[in-house]
Amino acid sequence: MSQNETTDADDEPIPVMQQILDNPFLLLFIGITVPTVFYIVWGVMEIVTIPVAK
Amino acid sequence: MSALLPPARRVWWKEPLDRVELAWILIAFAWSAILFFMMPYWHVFGKQNLSNEAYRISAEEFTKRTQTMVDKYTVRTETDEKIPVVHPPEGSDVYLIARLWQWWPLLELENGKSYRLHLSALDYQHGFSLQPSNINLQVVPGYEMVITVTPNQAGSYSIVCNEYCGIGHHKMVSRLYVK
Amino acid sequence: MNDSRNFRIDTPTGLQYHRDAELLIKANAFFGVVFLLIGGVLALLVSLTRWPSVHLLPADWFYLTLTAHGLDMLVFWIIFFEIAVLYFCSSTLLRCRLATPRIAWLGFALMLIGAVTTNVAIFRGDSSVMMTSYVPMGAHPSFYLGLILFAVGALIGCFVFLGTLVVAKNDKTYEGSLPLVTFGALTASIIAIFTIASGAIILIPTFLWSIGYIHQIDPLMYRTIWWAFGHSSQQINVAAHVSVWYAIAAIVFGAKPMSEKVSRTAFLLYIAFLQLASAHHLLSDPGLSSEWKIFNTSYFMYFAVLASMVHGLTVPGAIEVAQRKKGYTKGLYEWLRRAPWSNPVFSGMFISLIGFGFLGGISGVMMGTEQLNMIIHNTIYVPGHFHATVVIGTTLAFMSLTYFLIPSLFRREVWLPGVAKWQPYVFGFGMYAFALVMMGAGTLGVPRRHWDMSFAGTALPHEFPGSAYLMMGLVGISGVLAVIGGGMYILVTVGSLLFGRKVESSTFAQKGTPIPRAPVAATIGGHHGGAGFAAPGTFTLAIVFLVAFVLYYFINWKYLSTVWGIS
Repeated sequence: MSQNETTDADDEPIPVMQQILDNPFLLLFIGITVPTVFYIVWGVMEIVTIPVAK
Repeated sequence: MSALLPPARRVWWKEPLDRVELAWILIAFAWSAILFFMMPYWHVFGKQNLSNEAYRISAEEFTKRTQTMVDKYTVRTETDEKIPVVHPPEGSDVYLIARLWQWWPLLELENGKSYRLHLSALDYQHGFSLQPSNINLQVVPGYEMVITVTPNQAGSYSIVCNEYCGIGHHKMVSRLYVK
Repeated sequence: MNDSRNFRIDTPTGLQYHRDAELLIKANAFFGVVFLLIGGVLALLVSLTRWPSVHLLPADWFYLTLTAHGLDMLVFWIIFFEIAVLYFCSSTLLRCRLATPRIAWLGFALMLIGAVTTNVAIFRGDSSVMMTSYVPMGAHPSFYLGLILFAVGALIGCFVFLGTLVVAKNDKTYEGSLPLVTFGALTASIIAIFTIASGAIILIPTFLWSIGYIHQIDPLMYRTIWWAFGHSSQQINVAAHVSVWYAIAAIVFGAKPMSEKVSRTAFLLYIAFLQLASAHHLLSDPGLSSEWKIFNTSYFMYFAVLASMVHGLTVPGAIEVAQRKKGYTKGLYEWLRRAPWSNPVFSGMFISLIGFGFLGGISGVMMGTEQLNMIIHNTIYVPGHFHATVVIGTTLAFMSLTYFLIPSLFRREVWLPGVAKWQPYVFGFGMYAFALVMMGAGTLGVPRRHWDMSFAGTALPHEFPGSAYLMMGLVGISGVLAVIGGGMYILVTVGSLLFGRKVESSTFAQKGTPIPRAPVAATIGGHHGGAGFAAPGTFTLAIVFLVAFVLYYFINWKYLSTVWGIS
């Protein structure tokens, strides 16, 4: 456990994943973009390309 | 009150996991993969899949096509309203109109034979609910859904509307016969 | 006002309420409960109408009531309370001032005006279009206008929340990362921003259509974008009530998250994927491909289900670890048996967690499977499912939190503690039964949003089996039971504000005290470590859950394989 004391020093770099999770506006970007692209844009594209009945 | 406070360690990402958590994550991940796999699997090996065949169609055009089918294949009429009962040949295009507050016409199919069923609504959205099998599809005005259906049991079925479509919604019910 | 009273420090809990935030939390929570009350009265009327042998309301009133019940509960009650939760989790937990209080009040005013406008439109009688208001069925323009105002107001609330996070960071009121509960609230607010924006995007043209400015709204397009609002708003709830679970585990047990990394990553999966599940409502629609349906309905490979399963383990797991530390180590379940079951803060939260997982979660995955959706779409199974998620999951979690907030925030002792003690059980188990029998009836084909399952007066009526009538009778009975439980909640909360003894245990300060950095000693020798198996009881419960899940899931595939061939 003494190892933890040394690894919790202030100069230890923050891991990338923790930096992502600590950035609310990056998360906001992810949370808007993913559903907009995969759900809305993809879905709307499918609807507008439905052919007219022959 | 720890979840209410910032993490104690400045760098918490490297904290080791408890085995309870790790084991459960692996189990849950495997189960999620199975859940996902089941849908494409059923498309290949299952017999109940929606076809994805759909068209834009106007209410007039859909009515016209339905009327053509009715003129050709009506075998009798039922109820005071004289709703035609249509007995189309195997493999043919079968049309069913959803409108306020009626399914039109009545269909008579044969057990074990396949039909191309066309569904569309003329006004509001409706819900095609085949009872007692409990097969339920959304019927959207302006769009025509085409699916191939193969009844597997003879008898008298009901078609209930299960999408709210106004004050007469609960009166929108019809029959479908399988011989 | 005296600046020296800018912050109130609640001594028993140590929470620090910024004055503006405190008032806003109170106002939002209060009006949330007002809409819960209205929605609850409507719930009683709906239940008594769908109870076949009672069949209380005439058809037009039934559809009107159901429209109002849906919106008052699913949108107004929950989002008002959620805005309160957002302000609590930012300003109060981070001990900082609330960003732009005036704009926050503007948002609150818009929400209130919007909610009232929509209610008036519905009760005038020309807007019985259900919560979904599917075009081309039209409502009065003020119906849409009210929803748009409400949406804009709620959006403002979300941005005030984000602004407050920035304030806390700049004022250095905490060090390091956000508390887990605040992080969960952030998740909820991000989902809310997407959700509410989608709502505005579809409702603004629909409003213009209703006043004749736009000629037509495509019904399929409407469904797709409306559900990005309608379904995702229930995903805000999931993120919010999971945060509330974590908060209550911390409040009642002093439980710390088993692992920050795991819980936060699970929230990240929510942020990225939870909203895709709006596709659940479009699985039996024409025109959308199976690829789109499978990708979206599965939250991209069920990553959000994975996240929920993780939260479902880590919340009780954290409680178990905390309890074992206190010495409740006998057997697998002493920690659970010896939990404070007569404290409604805990009992409500635990009933919420179990019900959300077993009833709401399992049924949700089943009906969100592309092909399986066909055997329940638009049946009363669907409201059975979402009463398990939104009522047992969210509403009950929020109720439990209220019992904590009454003394801490409203500074009143809980009035009628005996009623409060039983309330989560009456409400929770009433709702368990309600959700179960609704799902049972839906399995037998009973449609949702339907006034008369006997089809009286039609030429070709469908005859539902006797078991379906039995189920719907039980829906009525359990619905009434749940409404009584809800009434107990209203009685206790409103009664506490009116008659509860004042709690005078606060001190005031001009500034909040920053959250002290945890002493290094506290970070060492934590209960978790790579080699432990810290929560065996929770793990066995999780396995029971998994078995139920697997069985139920494959039973439905088995049933599907017996129906007509469809291709």
